[in-house]
Amino acid sequence: MLKNRIIPCLDVKNGRVVKGINFVDLKDAGDPVEQAKIYSDGGADEICFLDITASNENRDTIYDVVERTSKKCFVPLTVGGGVRSIDDINKLLNCGADKVSINTAAVENPKVVLDSSKKFGSQCIVVAIDAKKNGDKWEIFTHGGRNNSGLDALEYAKKMEDNGAGELLVTSMDRDGTQIGYDVSLMSKIASKVNIPLIASGGVGNLDHLVDGIKLGNASAVLAASIFHYGKHSVKEAKEYLDSKGIPVRI
Amino acid sequence: MKVTIVDYNSGNISSVINSFKEVAKDKVNIEVTADLSKIKSSDKIVLPGQGSFKSCVDALNKINGLTEALHEFAINNKKPLLGICVGLQMFADIGYEETETKGLGWISGKVSKIDNQNGKYKLPHIGWNQINVVKQSKIFENIENNSHMYFVHSYEFIPEDKNVISATTDYSTNIVCSVEKENIFGTQFHPEKSDKLGLKIIDNFINI
Repeated sequence: MLKNRIIPCLDVKNGRVVKGINFVDLKDAGDPVEQAKIYSDGGADEICFLDITASNENRDTIYDVVERTSKKCFVPLTVGGGVRSIDDINKLLNCGADKVSINTAAVENPKVVLDSSKKFGSQCIVVAIDAKKNGDKWEIFTHGGRNNSGLDALEYAKKMEDNGAGELLVTSMDRDGTQIGYDVSLMSKIASKVNIPLIASGGVGNLDHLVDGIKLGNASAVLAASIFHYGKHSVKEAKEYLDSKGIPVRI
Repeated sequence: MKVTIVDYNSGNISSVINSFKEVAKDKVNIEVTADLSKIKSSDKIVLPGQGSFKSCVDALNKINGLTEALHEFAINNKKPLLGICVGLQMFADIGYEETETKGLGWISGKVSKIDNQNGKYKLPHIGWNQINVVKQSKIFENIENNSHMYFVHSYEFIPEDKNVISATTDYSTNIVCSVEKENIFGTQFHPEKSDKLGLKIIDNFINI
């Protein structure tokens, strides 16, 4: 049967890992390639890089990181952050990314999703949705959570599926960085609205939160960053824990 | 030995290239090309494929003489060829993605959308699933039954002759995920993204 996926995410800035795993045996703790390799050797089902490079002149650093990683890691690699155009997607795929996640550009110009999924196939187009609760609904935020688009998250999710997205990466802006768990109500509402897989993100502080993301949020995959940093939990531990809770994982 | 990965603008093949180069090291020459004479002189061919059935068939047909060269290689000369994902699907007579499209017709059958049972199963079928080996295939040397492989697809190959099936995977139905017909091999999953076991399958193919 199909397994639920665990996806560790690394924030990369100017080609270097921000936070990350703090293992003593790391030669270079800031090297995304080395960290990605540790994750994939530990059983990560996919690896995700989020490029948070702010300045345009350092944008190209991510291409080098992706190229080097794809020569060392033979599990799927998703890259997001600052992806604006078909050309950006093309460059990342050519460097060895398997999927590209599109956030702000998909809100501003939904045609990017339509065009890129036609050109490269839905399998490599992930639409990243940053949503924040407002009353009894959720609204889509862009630019790393700074701007409220006013769009309804559920309707937007459906629209992105119709436009050809292969997967949705849903982050709760209310939970991101809080370590109090995913917004499982947001996740399950979107998961029941669409027929494409949902990756839950934002708020993981312990292994039970991963279980909740799958059991209560109905996510196909769970993405987490900080619990895998500084050796708090390994991917292997996370998988064994999910397995003990009856969740199908690849061990 | 020379293994050629056919580069016919079928989408992103860098992962396929990286994985074959990783396995081949310096022992085997990995070429990435659509050059007909280089294809003809190869010992083995890898036919990747991403995107839709139609877009891949169209891309193959766009390169003058390519389908004929592949036909000569795999059907007339019976040299080993491995199709990956849509590369495998194109072995069929016909595919129904986007619109009805003629395939290579090397293994009789059709490529249809996976039955999602009214939304019970999400599509694409994305992630790690176990393979059920139903026939020992040369590419499964030292690969245990029920091993996990990485899948991304919404369409499945349904061959007429079930004897060509070497493995299936369980998603909605028993999906054909690997075939072997004489010198022709195919995987619906992505060995290039299936970690160490995937690299082992690539190694097995190189060593046929």
